Amino acid sequence: MPSNVLVATFPHVEGLLHAVRQARREMLRVYDVFAPFPVHGLDEAMGIRHTRLPKITLIAGLTGLVFALSLQFYANVLDWPLNVGGKPDNTTLAFIPISFELTVLFGGLTTVAAFLLRAKLYPSKRPWLPATGVTDDVFALVLRKPAAEETHQRALALLTECGAASVTESEAEL
Amino acid sequence: MDRLPDGVTEPRWIAGAPTLAQVTDDIARPMEGRPGKLWYALFAVAVLGLLDLLGMATYLIANGIGVWGLNNSVGWAFDITNFVFWIGIGHAGTLISAILLLFRQKWRTSINRSAEAMTIFAVMCAGLFPLLHMGRPWDAFFIFPYVPNQHGPLWVNFRSPLVWDVFAISTYFTISLVFWYLGLIPDLATLRDRAAGRIKKLVFGLFSLGWNGSHRTWARYEVVSLVLAGLATPLVLSVHSIVSMDFATSLLPGWHATIFPPYFVAGAIYSGFGMVLMLLIITRQSMNLQRYITIRHLDSMAKVLLLTGSLVSYAYATEFFSAWYGGNLYERYHFINRATGPYAFGFYLMVLCNVIAPQLFWWKRIRTSVGALFVVSILVNIGMWFERFIIIVVSLHRAFLPSGWGMFYPTLIDFGILIGSFGLFFTLFLLFIRYMPMIAIWEVKGVVTDQQHGGHGAHGAGDVHATPAALLTQAVNHAE
Repeated sequence: MPSNVLVATFPHVEGLLHAVRQARREMLRVYDVFAPFPVHGLDEAMGIRHTRLPKITLIAGLTGLVFALSLQFYANVLDWPLNVGGKPDNTTLAFIPISFELTVLFGGLTTVAAFLLRAKLYPSKRPWLPATGVTDDVFALVLRKPAAEETHQRALALLTECGAASVTESEAEL
Repeated sequence: MDRLPDGVTEPRWIAGAPTLAQVTDDIARPMEGRPGKLWYALFAVAVLGLLDLLGMATYLIANGIGVWGLNNSVGWAFDITNFVFWIGIGHAGTLISAILLLFRQKWRTSINRSAEAMTIFAVMCAGLFPLLHMGRPWDAFFIFPYVPNQHGPLWVNFRSPLVWDVFAISTYFTISLVFWYLGLIPDLATLRDRAAGRIKKLVFGLFSLGWNGSHRTWARYEVVSLVLAGLATPLVLSVHSIVSMDFATSLLPGWHATIFPPYFVAGAIYSGFGMVLMLLIITRQSMNLQRYITIRHLDSMAKVLLLTGSLVSYAYATEFFSAWYGGNLYERYHFINRATGPYAFGFYLMVLCNVIAPQLFWWKRIRTSVGALFVVSILVNIGMWFERFIIIVVSLHRAFLPSGWGMFYPTLIDFGILIGSFGLFFTLFLLFIRYMPMIAIWEVKGVVTDQQHGGHGAHGAGDVHATPAALLTQAVNHAE
C-alpha cells in the first residue's frame, strides 16, 4: 500500500547530512536517502545496522569448500580409485587448489545473489525515483509524512532551514 | 617528490573542480556522440585482426593442430605461450579493482572500470588457446567433471595442475565478470535516467536492475564490494600460481623450480600494468579524458611497473643462481642454452624489455612523458611474451638426452592466431570504450566531492573502516 512521504532535495552533501541528523534528532522517521554515490557518514547519521551479508559469504564459502573436498574424495577414493604415480588415493594436498577455487566461487556468487535479493534488484525492475537527478547530481532525503499537522509543519520548517532546494510530497511503496 | 600548491596536502586525482553533473556529462559524452577518427581507424585494424583469427581458427580446426609448428620435442609452444601471456595481462585488472580497493588507493577510481574490462577480455583471449589446442574443441566439456559421465566411469584427474587450471580460470572469469557488472549497475542507472533513445532506455533499464541510489542499498553495496575484493585478492594470486604449477610440478629443467608461483604472479602484474598503461593512453587520447586519467595516474602505474619489473628481474637472477649453485647438469645446461643457444635472441630481447626498460622509471621525467610511457608499455608486453616463450619452448627443445632435442619453428598459422587474438582483444575493448561508461562515474563523484570538501564529504567503495594499510597509505600520500 503506498504511503505519503516528504521528499527534500539537496544540491550538496553537507546540507543533506545536516538535515538527516536534525530530522533524527527531531524524532522524524527517515525512510531513505537517495544519492549518486555512497555518502560518507550517512550510515551513522541514518542509524543503519551493519549488514549480515558477510555471514552469507562465510556460509556459502564453507559449503563450496566441503563440496569440493567431498567431490574429489568421492571421485578418487570411493568411486574410481586410480593409481597415479603410486600416490595414495586420498591426496588431500593435491585437492587444495580446486577446493580453494570453489570456496571463492560459491562465496562470491552467493554473496552477490543475496545482495540482489535483499536489495530487491532484478532485471527490468521499474525504479522508484524520489526526484529527478538522484542518479546524477541531486541528493534526496525522504521522510515518512508525519500524521500530525503540527509535526508536518515542523518537518517542513526543518528541511527548509537545512537548505533543501525543494520539498515535495510524494507516494512511495514502503 | 611532487610539488603541490601551498595548503594542498591530499593528492588531486581529478584535474580542476568539475561539478557532479559535469562528471556525468564528461564520461557519458563519448557514448552519446560519434567517436573521433582515431577510434574508427583503430577499430578497423582490430576488426581485421578478428577476421584473421576467425579464418585461422577455422583452418586450424578443419586441418588439426599439425598446421602449427609443434613436433615431438616441442609439444607446447605458441598456444601455451599466448595462453599464459593473456592470463597474465588480465591480472592487472583484478589488482587495480580488488587489491587497490583494499589498500584504499584513490587513484584506482579513474582506471578500475577499463582495467576490469581488460581482465575479462584478456581471459577470453587466454581461454581460446587451450580450446584450440584440444584439436576437437567441440569436446571441450570433457575437462569438467560431469555426471553422468557418458564416456565411461572415469573422472578428470583431480591431481593434475591442468585440471586445477580449469577450475582456477573459470572461477577467475566468473568472479571478474560479476565484480565488473556489480560496479556497472549504478552507472547503468545514471545512463538510463539520461538516455534519450528508446532502445537505450530499454537496454539500460533492463541491466540497471531498478537501481535508484537508495542509501540503504549503497550501504550493502559497499560491503559486498569489499567482500568480493577480499575474495578476488587471494583468487588472483592463486590463478597465476596454479598456471605456474602447470610447469613447476613437472620435472623438466627450466620448469621444475619452487620460485615459479611468486615469479609468475609478479610477471603477470608487470605485463598487465604494461597493457593497462597502453590502453589508458589510447583511451585518454582518443576520447579526450585527460582530466580524469591524469599524468599522475600514469605516473603511479609507472611506479608499479618499476617495482614488478625489478621483482621479475630478481627472479631471473635467482633462476640462474640456483641452476649454477644446485649443480644439476641438465638444469645448468638449460640456462647456458637459454643465454647462448639458438633462441638466445629471445632471451636478450626479454632482458632488454623486462630488466632494463622498467629501470628508466626511476626518472620522473620519463614517468610523466606520455610518449615514453607508451613506448615502454609496448616493450613490456613484448618482453613478457618472450619470457613465456623462453620458459616454454627453450625448456622443451633441449631437455635431457640430445636424442630428444629438436627445434620449434612457428608457422604462419602460429603467427596468424597470435595476431588474431590481439584483434579479438582490441575489438572488444574498443567496443567497450564506445558503448559503456569506461570510467566509474559514481566512484569519480565520490573522489571529486572528497577533493572539494577536504576529505570529509564522501569516499569510494570500501572506505568502511580505516585499516592499518590505509593509514600507512595516507601517511605516504601526505609525506609526498
